[in-house]
Amino acid sequence: MVWQTIKRWYHMLGSPRYFHTFSSRVLPWLTPIALITLVTGLVWGLAFAPSDYQQGNSYRIIFIHVPASSGALMGYMALGVSGLVAVVWRMKMAEVMLKAIAPFGAALAAISLITGSLWGKPTWGTYWQWDARMTSMLILLFMYVGVIALQNVIREPRQAARAAGLLAIVGVINVVIVKYSVEWVQTLHQGSTLKLFGESTINPAMKYPLLISMLGMWLLYAVNVLIRARSEVEWRERRSKWVQTLIREGGK
Amino acid sequence: MNSVRKQRLIVVLAVLAGLAIAVALMFYALRQNINLFYTPQQVVAGEAPLDTQMRVGGLVVDGSVNRNEETLDVTFDITDGKGSFTVHYQGILPDLFREGQGIVANGTLISTSRFEAEEVLAKHDETYMPPEVQDALEKAGHPGAKKADGYSE
Repeated sequence: MVWQTIKRWYHMLGSPRYFHTFSSRVLPWLTPIALITLVTGLVWGLAFAPSDYQQGNSYRIIFIHVPASSGALMGYMALGVSGLVAVVWRMKMAEVMLKAIAPFGAALAAISLITGSLWGKPTWGTYWQWDARMTSMLILLFMYVGVIALQNVIREPRQAARAAGLLAIVGVINVVIVKYSVEWVQTLHQGSTLKLFGESTINPAMKYPLLISMLGMWLLYAVNVLIRARSEVEWRERRSKWVQTLIREGGK
Repeated sequence: MNSVRKQRLIVVLAVLAGLAIAVALMFYALRQNINLFYTPQQVVAGEAPLDTQMRVGGLVVDGSVNRNEETLDVTFDITDGKGSFTVHYQGILPDLFREGQGIVANGTLISTSRFEAEEVLAKHDETYMPPEVQDALEKAGHPGAKKADGYSE
């Protein structure tokens, strides 16, 4: 039953035209929800959450750093799945997604590195150390940039998607390394605060704004992916009848 | 799934598995160099090289911090519960440096009991809480409260 539904969705959203109408219906309410969630989380965290017992106010950068890092990692997983579908099943929408997911993820990876560096100076006493977590995160940024560059450097879009897709799949190994680097080897970076299983080591008064900021960031990422995928679909299908009609109607 | 796709899937998964194994082996081979620092246990056991640039990490031993009144010289012991040695440093310590706190020092090992640091970095753990909660924990004698000893420093 569940499998049937997933399969139906897969085939429906696999059609560029259906995706286009679907996203036009989703975006008008997803966009405000994403923005409200993110702003709520950030304002709560940056202005109202209590200060930390050791770091004082400088810990507040966590409300930007963690949402950005988690977004960059999840985005790369999605990029890997799109890559797999694009390479194995040659599905057009997966190729579109491969192109739509990368830029925001690259931006988030960069934000994660920059905020982490700024946070490191007051707490650790250094902007940068070549420890496993920081180095693997830098590699994640390079993987994103590589996927984007490959797509731009190969003219033929289907061939570009296959090359970039393969790179995206291979890069998933690095996501695993980023996630577990703080557990497997000795690093300057501390371990995970939020735990999927077991108790998180953060006070609830700080945890809720953090979770809300993270959710807001993920939703904003989803909005960005939908918008990018829509314009990519329109470009790829520009010669088709439905896009022509769309243009004539004034892009509504 | 038709046979062409199946074949592609197998190839992709094989490439992925191969690379994962390669990366895992590389990690295994480089495991010492991937670790950011040597632990006190390794230093005491003589596993860390002498007279070369390297990093050590551990917890600052309670009551071991000695500051020179006139210069910026400071010495302290670091431990991981399985060994300890003295670190000498000249300079300004990071804000989070305090007794009981984890630190990473960059410098050279003079002997298995003395390290000359050129740079001291503070590690911090993944615990975040408001100061009031910390006070309450301390009053209740919670073991988690011990970490913040010397906060007023």
